[in-house]
Amino acid sequence: MPSVLECRRITKHFPGIKALDEVDFKIRAGEVHALIGENGAGKSTLVKIITGIHQPDAGVILQNGVSVEFRNPTASQLAGIAAIHQEATMFPELSVTENIYMGHHLTRRKSRLLDWKGMKLKTRSLLETLELEINPDMKVKDLSVAQRHMVEIVKALSLDARIVIMDEPTSALSLREVEDLYKIIRHLRSEGQAIVFISHKFEDIYEIADYFTVLRDGRYIGEGIVAETEVDEIVRMMVGRSLDQMFPKTKVKFGDTILKVEGLSKTGIFKDISFDLHRGEILGFFGLVGAGRSEVMRAVFGIDTATSGTISIEGREVHITSPPAAMNRGIAYVPEDRQLQGTILDMSIRDNITLPIVEKLASYSFLNFHKEEEITREFGERMEIKTSGWDQAVNSLSGGNQQKVVLAKWLATRPEILIMDEPTKGIDVATKARVHEFISQLAAEGLAIILISSEIPEILGMADRIVVMHEGKITARLDRDQADSETLVKAAMGNPLPQEAV
Amino acid sequence: MKKQNRLRTSYTGMMARVAALLMTWEVILFLIFVVVVIVNSYLSPYFLDLFNILDTTFNFMEKAIVALPMILVIICGDIDISVAGIIALSSLLMGMVSAAGAPTGIVVLVGLGTGLSAGALNGLLITRFGIPAIAITIGSMSLFRGISYAVLGDQAYTKYPESFAFFGQGYIGNTIIPFELVFFIALAIVFGLLLHRTTFGRKVYAIGNNPISARFSGVRVNRIRWIVFSLSGTMSGLAAILLTSRIGSTRPNIASGWELEIITTVVLGGVAISGGKGNILGVIIGIFLIGFLKFGMGLINVPGKVMNIVIGFLLIVAIMLPGYIRALRNRSLLKRQRQKPGRTSPGLAG
Amino acid sequence: MRELLRRREFSLLILILLLMLAVSLRAPNFPQPGNLYDIANDTAILIMVAIGQMLVIITGGIDLSVASGIALTGMSVGMLNQYFPGIPIFVIILISLAIGFVLGSFNGILVSLAGIPPIITTLGTMSIYRGFVFVLSKGEWVSAHEMTEAFRELPRGSLFGVTNLLLAALLVVLIFAIFLRLSRTGREIYGVGGNKVAAQYVGISLKKINYLAFTLSGVIVGLSGLFWVSRYASAQNETAFGFELQTIAACVIGGVSIMGGTGTVLGVVLGAMFLGIVNNALTVINLSPFYQMAIQGFVILVAIVANTLVDQRNQLAMLRKREL
Repeated sequence: MPSVLECRRITKHFPGIKALDEVDFKIRAGEVHALIGENGAGKSTLVKIITGIHQPDAGVILQNGVSVEFRNPTASQLAGIAAIHQEATMFPELSVTENIYMGHHLTRRKSRLLDWKGMKLKTRSLLETLELEINPDMKVKDLSVAQRHMVEIVKALSLDARIVIMDEPTSALSLREVEDLYKIIRHLRSEGQAIVFISHKFEDIYEIADYFTVLRDGRYIGEGIVAETEVDEIVRMMVGRSLDQMFPKTKVKFGDTILKVEGLSKTGIFKDISFDLHRGEILGFFGLVGAGRSEVMRAVFGIDTATSGTISIEGREVHITSPPAAMNRGIAYVPEDRQLQGTILDMSIRDNITLPIVEKLASYSFLNFHKEEEITREFGERMEIKTSGWDQAVNSLSGGNQQKVVLAKWLATRPEILIMDEPTKGIDVATKARVHEFISQLAAEGLAIILISSEIPEILGMADRIVVMHEGKITARLDRDQADSETLVKAAMGNPLPQEAV
Repeated sequence: MKKQNRLRTSYTGMMARVAALLMTWEVILFLIFVVVVIVNSYLSPYFLDLFNILDTTFNFMEKAIVALPMILVIICGDIDISVAGIIALSSLLMGMVSAAGAPTGIVVLVGLGTGLSAGALNGLLITRFGIPAIAITIGSMSLFRGISYAVLGDQAYTKYPESFAFFGQGYIGNTIIPFELVFFIALAIVFGLLLHRTTFGRKVYAIGNNPISARFSGVRVNRIRWIVFSLSGTMSGLAAILLTSRIGSTRPNIASGWELEIITTVVLGGVAISGGKGNILGVIIGIFLIGFLKFGMGLINVPGKVMNIVIGFLLIVAIMLPGYIRALRNRSLLKRQRQKPGRTSPGLAG
Repeated sequence: MRELLRRREFSLLILILLLMLAVSLRAPNFPQPGNLYDIANDTAILIMVAIGQMLVIITGGIDLSVASGIALTGMSVGMLNQYFPGIPIFVIILISLAIGFVLGSFNGILVSLAGIPPIITTLGTMSIYRGFVFVLSKGEWVSAHEMTEAFRELPRGSLFGVTNLLLAALLVVLIFAIFLRLSRTGREIYGVGGNKVAAQYVGISLKKINYLAFTLSGVIVGLSGLFWVSRYASAQNETAFGFELQTIAACVIGGVSIMGGTGTVLGVVLGAMFLGIVNNALTVINLSPFYQMAIQGFVILVAIVANTLVDQRNQLAMLRKREL
């Protein structure tokens, strides 16, 4: 079938890094094409080139056989390409209607003034088509994460695009919303649209995609028909090794209960969270993005405060109102977003690693460079951080090494309870495996570990017990041998399982 | 052919390293300083006179003292536009207690106390409610100076105890070295240590670069910001003591427009307005650069308002330069990259 | 949700009415139509310049140079009128707009092309423009008798009983209310202020919008400079000194967020009127005009804190609505 859009030998440099290296990519009408790859593989960069945000350094883009150039996002839009981004690109203070129409407001024919009535009407009809109960006049900042995502999709549809690109669209959706999304995609496909679907969730890919292309480290690896390809083969293309090489099993020997959380709630965010944690255990927290897991841990770590409930450490109730208070009690939290929350990109590796313990290393508040160097070396080497010097700014490191800096930093605080929030998200596979080995080692040494993850293989491979959350509540508690993909996913999507005291 | 290329690349490599060293902001600033000195000594015979130079420092030491904590404020990612207003308020209250007969010691305490309280109020409003510093300090600037206008109108306090005059007008022993200059140098050393050698300074840099990450790392972000604003207020109070002592009186328009020059000095000194970057050396060079520039302009009878034009342009150029240099560097880096067969590195947002 | 929006301007209106009531109790000659008319005229310039300031603030910037711009254009047209009294007023109006355009453009170019943060740019041009007032005038004033009759009559001359000044302010209010609500570019200003990245993704040119905001502010400043010196029949070096703070205060009180992305013309008009009434009240209850600055500062602080508290409470209410 002829392609609607074709990328040939696309190459793109950024200062210091080659993001895409002669990548080929063909999009055809009436087809759902999954663009697969780990984070850092180049998927986002390729999409940004197709949508005109970046320009390629080499290679051509052909639209219906004709060579084209997208100098800016508008040019790409005019060519009929609509993109739905992962990060909400919304205007919080403006209404849903306006968010959809920003950049292409409708005008009355004669006066060239804006046609608010028309825009509102069309927005309402689009929302109804998707069976969304969202008031078009509401300000986006008052919508939930999932609702915002749906608005993004509606926005793309309002542009009458021929090519729709969706970047991880299901990551914040509930079961019903995911089904709605599949419906929309199938509808678009039957209308002859071409859909590009970026994901590394196999459920999505196998449910909805017809064709796939795999990128790894900025290079084109392969493509094929989804229905004719085994999961393992796709994984091997993505990753370079097969599935079961990736997750070392943990040892299962618990110590006593070190942390007990009872009835923890925060108005509008999470409700009635109770669990306990033992030394030497890895407690997994599974769920979809937006389930509230990070929010619970942030309350345990003192970044946010819960509105009710108790936290006890070693049997004694504690009131944790700030991160220093949590750190004093031996808790460490490796946050979800390593660039925004986990590291300070423009500062050196050493300054990053020593930041939580800078007072402890100092003498009467004066910095002790010698001790800082020692600690940095000790933990930097333990985590096998690859760098030309501890002076290097963290932003010069790869994603995997950046995550190692975060881990080194928190291990240097010598915690007893280690909370890790999606620690292997967006890391290359080799580093991922090392991190998993490392987590197992820590558990064996007696650390109590909470592992938040949205990846089923990771949870199944690493956790001794699993807690599943959905929209702020716990929907399942399982031991490792009770858990499998289906039960986890069902619970994550909202079907609670009968719970035993765990 | 190959040997020639290798030699050339190692030569250009060394050149690149020397260029990188020379291209640091502090060196460029120092060179400009030297140029200013040379040009001014050419334009006026009075410039290179030691007494004149020491004498002119009186004119900018108070601003210099307020610039020191402003470095912390801006590195922290905030800004304090109310500093001149705090000077006015402190000066007012000092004048009031002095007129009531208070001795020098009390007057000084009132000045410092006012500055500290004003700064603490700023810090409280900013951290407690999460309101941007620019908004709060624009309001408090009006409030503080406004109080001075409300109380004094177009009058002035002119009565101060005799010993009070030492701070702004005195010299070290029998020398011609002004007390203000020495005091500033001492404070500059203290702030230099604070910024570059203490945990407090490290945390300030962290907050300026990424306040979220800093908080997640256990830094008490709001407490430190509050301290920084309190420090800014206290130093403003200190400057008020020196200034009032030097002038011998106080009016509501004292230190009018100083916030502009102080912020200009700090930004000129290489501190990025977006926060997280900068050091004390650049700012100290900047302080003397602007101070001597104005001195030189004064010697050739450039009117004050015109001097402001020059300072205004200086500020704008000072900001444009680093961005321009970085853009040039990136362009040459990209050009070189495209010629070499590069390696792809995992982990780039892609 | 429209309720919420209306609530903010509505509560401001109520506040103004209460204030007027309070002042009237103290000074019975306050609510007289003559006095109210004076207030309107006194506040007209503030309303205009504050609207220009609002445009810049909505895009996420700030314009500290408006007062200096008023002084420079005022002095320029004042001197023009002094040395070339033959130039018709109509031409002088155009010249003031042109000068304002140039001043605003300069800011706009520095912000959009050179990428200098607005606060630094306008901090610099604030000094530069004010310095040029001195260079132009060599320190001398243009006083009333050096201006032509027509020049001095400009703000006073009335059409259907409404002064030209008031007419100009109404025109500016109307034009920009329509611009910001019913034109694409107007909405794009909100877009840029609300989310720079998202605005670029949908093809909005950040450079164009930033340049436009500053230039429009400059044009308004130009016109206001003319009205200022003709109304007070004097062009001095210190003309409008400190006025930029009043424009920012009017915006903040009127609900314009200093972070950008929100704000309405109605809010700014109400905010300016609030300040105008406070200023007038000071004279009417015989409080020294020297209290003006302090009260302004206090009002700004209270307005900002109040706005923030209301926002925080609303956020919490939103969360409570979500049933878990």
